[in-house]
Amino acid sequence: MGRIVLEKVTKKFEHVEVIPPLDLTIEEGEFTVFVGPSGCGKSTLLRLIAGLEDVTSGSICIDGRETTSLPPAQRGLAMVFQSYALYPHMTVRKNIAFPLKMAKMDQAEIDRRVTTAADVLNLTDYLDRRPGQLSGGQRQRVAIGRAIVREPSAFLFDEPLSNLDAALRVGMRLEISELHKRLKTTMIYVTHDQVEAMTMADKIVVLQAGFIEQVGSPLELYRAPCNRFVAGFIGSPKMNFIEGDEAAKQGAHAIGVRPEHIKVSATEGAWKGVISVSEHLGSDTFFHVHDTGLAETITVRVDGEVSFDHGDTVYLTPRDDMIHRFDANGLRI
Amino acid sequence: MARAVSFNRKTVNTALAWAIGLLIFFPILWTILTSFKTEGQAIADPPIFLMFDWTLENYAIVQERSDYLKFLTNSVIIAGGSTLLGILVAVPAAWSMAFVPSKRTKDILLWMLSTKMLPAVGVLYPIYLIFIELGLLDTKIGLVVVLMLINLPIIVWMLYTYFKEIPSEILEAARMDGASLRSEILYVLTPMAIPGIASTILLNFILAWNEAFWTLNLTAAQAAPLTAFIASYSSPEGLFYAKLSAASTMAIAPILVLGWFSQKQLVRGLTFGAVK
Repeated sequence: MGRIVLEKVTKKFEHVEVIPPLDLTIEEGEFTVFVGPSGCGKSTLLRLIAGLEDVTSGSICIDGRETTSLPPAQRGLAMVFQSYALYPHMTVRKNIAFPLKMAKMDQAEIDRRVTTAADVLNLTDYLDRRPGQLSGGQRQRVAIGRAIVREPSAFLFDEPLSNLDAALRVGMRLEISELHKRLKTTMIYVTHDQVEAMTMADKIVVLQAGFIEQVGSPLELYRAPCNRFVAGFIGSPKMNFIEGDEAAKQGAHAIGVRPEHIKVSATEGAWKGVISVSEHLGSDTFFHVHDTGLAETITVRVDGEVSFDHGDTVYLTPRDDMIHRFDANGLRI
Repeated sequence: MARAVSFNRKTVNTALAWAIGLLIFFPILWTILTSFKTEGQAIADPPIFLMFDWTLENYAIVQERSDYLKFLTNSVIIAGGSTLLGILVAVPAAWSMAFVPSKRTKDILLWMLSTKMLPAVGVLYPIYLIFIELGLLDTKIGLVVVLMLINLPIIVWMLYTYFKEIPSEILEAARMDGASLRSEILYVLTPMAIPGIASTILLNFILAWNEAFWTLNLTAAQAAPLTAFIASYSSPEGLFYAKLSAASTMAIAPILVLGWFSQKQLVRGLTFGAVK
């Protein structure tokens, strides 16, 4: 259950094409993340799958069933929204039970499922509270509870963690990943945060301006980005791009080196520069190196113990096997 | 120093507010006082403010001459009926305008409101003829329909403003959860908009209660509400101010009491959306 196939799907708002013809297959049980910058069409794509927006052309099949023109409720999907979208006038119990009530399930079964969901999500003590009396994390759990009781063929998450603070976000990220491991249901997750994408996904779909730039596992995208956009988007801090002579030496228009693939030395190396800013994270340190003559700034990630300071002259050496080469169109060579 | 200035300003503002409030309330107060005077005292020159012989005889005479309860019942049925019917029509209309707007939604809203700017007398003749044709003249159902239509633009506007405040994601969540359009409006939208709907009902009940043009022109004896009850004391046998005032007081008393107890809702209804 839960295989979703999009064929030549397009979406226009008025005369603006936000999704150009797009093909995508999401396999059963897969955790797929749509990632991209704001306005890249990732949420629109999710809403097309959900049925909250109509496609302009193309088809969407869920479990081999043509669902393109079916209303959202008949697609067998459940969605968790960014704003949680809980019903503020209903208690947690009623919120979770709402989809079951709409499905006209008998009360005993509704009670059983709500109790189980509340148990799984640690909400048992809050069942008689209203959403207004809960914290952000608890609200998010209620939203997830409302989605899981329906036992849908796939879950859709629309930036579900972006309203939470950083610490809570990491916790909820783990909870959602664990939920996926336990339920083994297809999940589609939209985010602009590449860390969420890398840590949670089985498969990442990188989008830009409605186009799919690349589809692959997190490590595939990290190791072999198909173009400069993906290379720059996946990985934190961002990949360094160098054009000009240095790139020409490698037979490319531009080369890319990730900050963690550059060695720093006080005495010798390929490129010379001056540290303008050093950021100490404890476990790691990021150096922003200027005056290399290669790019405005080259970011380097080193072990937290390495001690250079602002203003120090350093020598940088990229790892030969970790240099990505791109042509003038930005495509991987 | 700053505190002193703000204290002075506060005093001036309070005094000004009271002055304006009293100015607006004065005609009502004068009507109520006059209703307790004799006819002679009512037209005394110079007017007597409080030092008169308080009497209830006007109320007794008014009650004796006309059946207050019948007029009151008609008013309640007409104001209540037109408001409820209006709400039933306006909820789906405002829903579609707020959540599935088209390119012309704003124009339609403005056009609806613009009908309120038309002088009512401009359409009296056609409506009168239609009423004769349909046998609706001097019927409560006829007035319910007319007052509903007259107030519909305001009801739709108010509900539209309230609905716009409800995040559309919640309705989308309901759709994902399998709610039909009916369930979505009934179980999700309406309960969330109850404060707004209550304010709308209240304001429109008051508007319908006070409406005099249509109620006077389209009724005779059977369906006449309290506006006709007041009017019946104004003309034929010369003016009897004290009795007219007693009738007026009896007519406005119910709505005054209702307004007093629900002023919070009313203020919220009238200022909703003005500030976030």
